[in-house]
Parts: sequence; C-alpha cells; structure tokens
Amino acid sequence: MAHGAAVAHGEHEHHPTGWKRWVYSTNHKDIGTMYIVLSMIAALVGGLMSWAIRLELAEPGIQFIHDTHFYNVLVTAHGFIMVFFVVMPAMIGGFGNWFVPLMIGAPDMAFPRMNNISFWLTAAGFILLMLSAVVGEGPGTGWTVYPPLSSIAFHPGPSVDFGILALHVAGAGSILGAINFIVTIFNMRAPGMTMHRMPLFVWSILVTAFLLLLALPVLAGALTMLLTDRNFGTHFYEVAGGGDPLLWQHLFWFFGHPEVYIIILPAFGIISQIVSTFAKKPVFGYLGMAYAMVSIGVVGFVVWAHHMFMTGIGVNARAYFTVATLIIAVPTGIKIFSWLATMWGGSIEFKAPMLYAMGFIWLFVMGGVTGVVLANGGIDTAFHDTYYVVAHFHYVMAIAAIFAMFGAWYYWIGKMTGRQYPEGLARVQFWVFFIGVNVLFFPQHFLGLAGMPRRIPDYPDVYAGWNFVSSIGAAITMAGTLLFYYVVFHTLASGRKAASNPWGEGATTLEWTVPSPAPFHTHEEMPVIAGGGHGHSHGHGMPRPAE
Amino acid sequence: MPMRDMIRRLLFSMPMVCAAVVALGIAGAAAQEGNVGEARPWQMGFQDAFSPVMQEIHQFHALLLVIITTIVVLVLALLGFIIVRFNAKRNPVPSKTSHNTLLEVVWTIVPVIVLVVIAIPSLKLLYHSGRTPQADLTLKVTGHQWYWTYNYPDQGDFSFDSIPIPEGDLKPGQPRLLAVDNPVVVPVGATVQVLVNSDDVIHSWAVPSLGLKKDATPGRTNETWFRADVPGVFYGMCSELCGVNHYFMPIEVHALPKAEFDAWVEKAKEQFATNSHSPVRLAANGSQDAAR
Repeated sequence: MAHGAAVAHGEHEHHPTGWKRWVYSTNHKDIGTMYIVLSMIAALVGGLMSWAIRLELAEPGIQFIHDTHFYNVLVTAHGFIMVFFVVMPAMIGGFGNWFVPLMIGAPDMAFPRMNNISFWLTAAGFILLMLSAVVGEGPGTGWTVYPPLSSIAFHPGPSVDFGILALHVAGAGSILGAINFIVTIFNMRAPGMTMHRMPLFVWSILVTAFLLLLALPVLAGALTMLLTDRNFGTHFYEVAGGGDPLLWQHLFWFFGHPEVYIIILPAFGIISQIVSTFAKKPVFGYLGMAYAMVSIGVVGFVVWAHHMFMTGIGVNARAYFTVATLIIAVPTGIKIFSWLATMWGGSIEFKAPMLYAMGFIWLFVMGGVTGVVLANGGIDTAFHDTYYVVAHFHYVMAIAAIFAMFGAWYYWIGKMTGRQYPEGLARVQFWVFFIGVNVLFFPQHFLGLAGMPRRIPDYPDVYAGWNFVSSIGAAITMAGTLLFYYVVFHTLASGRKAASNPWGEGATTLEWTVPSPAPFHTHEEMPVIAGGGHGHSHGHGMPRPAE
Repeated sequence: MPMRDMIRRLLFSMPMVCAAVVALGIAGAAAQEGNVGEARPWQMGFQDAFSPVMQEIHQFHALLLVIITTIVVLVLALLGFIIVRFNAKRNPVPSKTSHNTLLEVVWTIVPVIVLVVIAIPSLKLLYHSGRTPQADLTLKVTGHQWYWTYNYPDQGDFSFDSIPIPEGDLKPGQPRLLAVDNPVVVPVGATVQVLVNSDDVIHSWAVPSLGLKKDATPGRTNETWFRADVPGVFYGMCSELCGVNHYFMPIEVHALPKAEFDAWVEKAKEQFATNSHSPVRLAANGSQDAAR
C-alpha cells in the first residue's frame, strides 16, 4: 500500500507514507520536522513547569507546591527539558537538519540512517527524562546534579539514574548528529560553495557540531562515574572513599560552559540570515562573523570554572578564569556590532522574523553585559547563586535562544510547510512575548542584587515586590507562548500559500531557490555556486546558484 | 603558636576595646537597635555594605554599572536610529557595503581597552577578598541539612547549632526565613577567618551585606574572611541547592563591641559546654527545644 501511494507521487516524491515515512525516515527534512515537533511538545511541558514555579513565587510563603522537594524537581526538569529537549532539538536537529543541506546544495545529510537514530535517541531521552520525574522521588538536584546531593545517600530512588540515562541517550544522539553535520558540511558542499562562501547559519552549525563532539563525551564520562558511584560502590565523588565532589563540578562545567554556546551559536547563525534578508544587505564583516563564532567556541572550552568561583578554588585560578571569561566579550561584541552594521544603510522590512532578530539583539546585549559583570571572580561573591544569575542566563541564553527559534520558525515556515504565517497576528505575538519576558526577567536583576538566592520555593518577605512583578511577566509570557501555538495552528490550517521566495531580493541563500514547500528530494542535481562578491551576488556567505 | 596567638590577640584587642568603649558610649544599646544587614522591599541595588570587602564590591559595581549601562544605551540608540532611518519606506535602496576594515578593527580594539579597565580593579578586589589577612579570630562553620554549626577554636573551642526559627515561633522583629535561635557572634572590627565545611551535601555560607559567600563542601575546608565594621545584625541564606529545606537554612551574624563579645563568649562557653568538640549533632540545645 505504501508503494501505491508513492508511485502516485511520481519519482520525485518517491517516499514511504503513513507511520513508516516518519519512524523509518532517512530524509533530512522529515527528520528536521520531527525534531521541531518534539521541541514544541517539550517546550509546552518545560514552559508549564516554569509557569508553576513563577506561580509559587508570586507571593512569599508556600501556596501551591507544599512538597518543596517537588519544587526542586520542577526546577531540575525545567532546566533539563529546556536545554536538551527544546533548544537543542529545534536549533540543531530541526532547523539544522532542514536547512544545512539546502543551504550548501547537498541532496541530504551525509549519513541519513544515522540521522534517524540521532532523532530517535533524542526522543527516547525525553521519555526517560519524563519518567525520571515519576519514578521514585524525582530528581531534586538542579540541572547541575551536584554530588553528594545526587548521590545514592541523598537521592536513594531510581529517578536520578533515569535522569543520567536520559542524558546519556540524548547525548549519544547529539554526538551522532554532530558527526553527521561535520561530515556533511565538509564533504557535501556543492561546487563553488567554498567554506568562506557558506551562509553563516551553516558556519554556526559547524562550530556547534564541534563543540558537541568535544563536550558531550566529557559529560558522558562524568555521568557514568556518577552512575557507578550510585549503583556499584565506586567513589569518584564520595569523600569517604577518597573521591571529591569538586571533580564532578569541573567535569560538568567543562561540558556545561560549551553547552551554553551550543545553545546560542545556532541562534547567531539564524539571526545573521534574518538580519541580512530583511535589511536586503549582505552580512557585514562576514569573515569576522564566522571566525568570531570559531573563537567563541575555542575560548568557551577554557572558562568553565567561572561557574565555580565560590567552591574554594585558589585565588590565582579565579584570576585566570576571570580574565579568560572577559575575553569572550570581544568576539560577542564583534557579532553585535556586525549585525548593527548589516542593518545600517539597509532597507529594512519589519516582518515578524526581523522583529525577533532585533529582539534577540536587545536580549543578547542585556544578558551579555551582565555576563561581563559576573565574569569577575571578586564581585561574583555577591552574585553567585542569586537571581541575578537567573536573570543573566535567561536573557543571554534561554530567552535569546527562544527568540532565535521563533524568528527561524517565522522565517522558514513557508519553506517547510508551503504555507505562510499570518503577519499581523505574528507581530502581536512578538510584542506580547517581548513585553512578557522583559517584565519577567528584568526585575530578577534587582532581586539578585538584593541577595535573593535562586532555587528556593519561598523567600523572605522583603523580596515580595519584584517577585510579584516577575510573576506577572510570566503570565504575559505564557499568553505570548500560547498565542504562538495558535499561530502555528492557524498557519497549518489556513495559512496562505508561500512563494518559493517570500522575502524578495534580500533572501539570497539556496533554500529560496527551491519550491515551497521544499520537495521531498532537493538538489538532486548539484547547483553550481557563482563567485561570491561579484555580479548579482551579495558577497560572502550569500551564494547564488549559477543560472 | 599559642604564644604568638596571645600576643596577637593582645595587640588587636587594644584598639578594639577602645572602639568598644566608643561604640558603647555612642550607641549604648544592643546590636539589634543598630545596623541591620537585610534587603528592603522593592530594593533595586545591593544591600548596605558593613564590611570592607562589600564596600569594595559596591565601588567596583558602580564602575561596572556605568560601563554596562553605556553599552546598552549605545546599542539601543543605534537600534533606534536604524529603525527610524533605515526602514524600507525611508530608505528604499539598500547600500551594498559589507566591509570596513578600520571600523572592524576599532570595534575589536575598543572592547579590549574597556575590558582592561574592568580587569584591573576586578583583580584587585579578587586578591583582596580572596586572601585572608592576619586574622583576630577563627570561626568554623559546618553546614548540615538544614542548619549551621558554629565553632570558636580560639575562645575555648565551644560549638553550637544555629537552628532556623519556624514561622509560628518568630518573635516580633524577627524576619521570616532569616532568623535563627543561636546567631553567630563576632566582635566588631575584628578580622575573622572563616573555615567552611559540610558534613552531608554541598551548602554555601553567604551573608550579602558582609560580602561573604563560600561553598561548604564535604571533605574540604574552604577559607574566607570578613570584618564587620559596625555593630549590627546581618542576615544571609544558604546559597547552594541542598535539598528540600534549602530555602530555610538562614545565617544570622551579630557583630558586638569587643566587651560585649567577651561577655557573650563567657556565657556561651557555659551554655554550650556540653557541645564542645562535637561537630555533628542533630538536636538543638534545651532553650530552643523549649521554644518549640
């Protein structure tokens, strides 16, 4: 029966139908779509958790979550879900899978079957993580899973083990995906698509893939040691057996810091594409932009202990990690200024993706400058583990990444589904969400300055004011989120047909040369890329096919 | 060792006794009526500084705030100008500029200079706060799920537990989630070396108004220091997720003039005599058992 349907589609649409099309999929577009759907489901779960957290924190005292361990489980699961099952699947697995092959003129990913297992491992990881919250007592460790709190003595049930396995499985999926991207980008570029002509989104995914490949095995090793400590009597982190809890922190943050760049680098790539398209200008300082990402990736590996300034590491180590961390401000500054310069002199259309790109720049600058504050080991005494940190990383990494994802969704949905989103409703959605997240997170700077610790379900009464404002912001953000899901529904149900290039002269990358929706198979004949910087081309990173 | 300690204590006690006399003369009252290290409703900045390190943190943050506000305002202004000047209506034909080497060099070099301006006072603060000066007394802090134990090795090695006071038992003036039954007491103006440890999971001993935060990690003794410049009560909360009662593991520091501190030590030695040399205990002493 699958054959009959496939034949009817003609040879270009030769693919299995029904559940086999998805479960057995080796197609980069279908797998990308599945990643995006997984992310949208996980985002609802993780978002509802954050809403429960803000509901509890709206007033001092414990109102709703009387089991404070469950509050800690919510904090933990919210972090894990948002990092591993919302942002990473959408950015890398979703938009990366969809648009890296399209942008470099490749017919698919290098290893289509491995692409399939990457996705299903990620999905299995998500299921394991959800199970971890319902088997045993649930992991109340925070996403950092610091031993001894995460050890068998303090979390005797199976939930931490489920969490460890969830990360192992999802991590394996990500490593395989990273290998796939690296091989695809190195080997499957169309003729003329040199490294220095690749769109910046492809650059961002390439750097991200290397970070995944180098960072995730460290996490896997650390998790394995925690697993054997918990279950087989080893003492890697057990003081009583000669181990050291700080070993975990070093290994975790050696992974954890690159992880935040894994989250934000694809966002950089997306924002560069959007800004260039809607300003109708080539990206300003293309090479600087590409190598800024490379240097952020490299330096990101040697700054991890700025998460550990309070752990008792020596003052000279703190001095080194202070200076190394400050250095990251230079390449990130280059990116901000280059985006502004790309817009400068442009003919900007403020469609929804562009609104999100500009919103991203605002959020990233806000979170970036507080990062410069937090980088200083001396002043971190006042900020470590306070709400200032919560505000910082939600601005610079979490909400900024969500803005890039929303921007990418609006930017590419016409290409992915053949239907265009409703522009007016999308702009309303942007403004609701933008106001919401700022009301939500800006007051948290004040709470942190005044000394309110993070990860607490109740707080001294003096912190009531700004917490209430923050929770109002959470309600607005939730409205913006639900409105987005309505926009998704509206687009899929009754969106108007999208042209192959709905954005006009500014959209110069290869995905706009194929029809909308992108056919099941694209670039079956290799496009040839004309020389960058000449003729109609918009210069580096903006290749055009030779007609 | 004991000889040197005695000389040191003698030397340091002289100005402290003078300070205590002055303080008593001026204030003439208990510490509670003096300074309180606690946040205020709708507070937008740091808590007041009552230690040299926190004062330096205030100063350094004032510099940082100027720098980061300038950056944010600059980017906002550029974004605003771009929105007004380079929208499709006002500027229908986009420029094709994609390079400007001088500009790119400038926006690489200028941030480097700004970072150097930040790094110099930053490292000064780091080394000042990160290296304990000659201390007048040592305070040992041990974290437990979910209370703190304090030990005074220089004052006869007595120890006591500092148990959070449940909401129902609070006396007027005691803040919720911050007050404890037995606060830790230090002399005003004395440099206190703090040795922080834990006997279960990781906690963090933090008092914002004194510029203090140090992880309490099992198997390791972490060192920090502070000096309370004025008499007062300074509150803090555990600052590392440590389980179900993490939110209710407060720290309350009282700084008393030297004479009052000495009197407190004499009283505490008797009160906590049975607790000496016992780093791990679960029950609190009689007084707060009665309070429950």
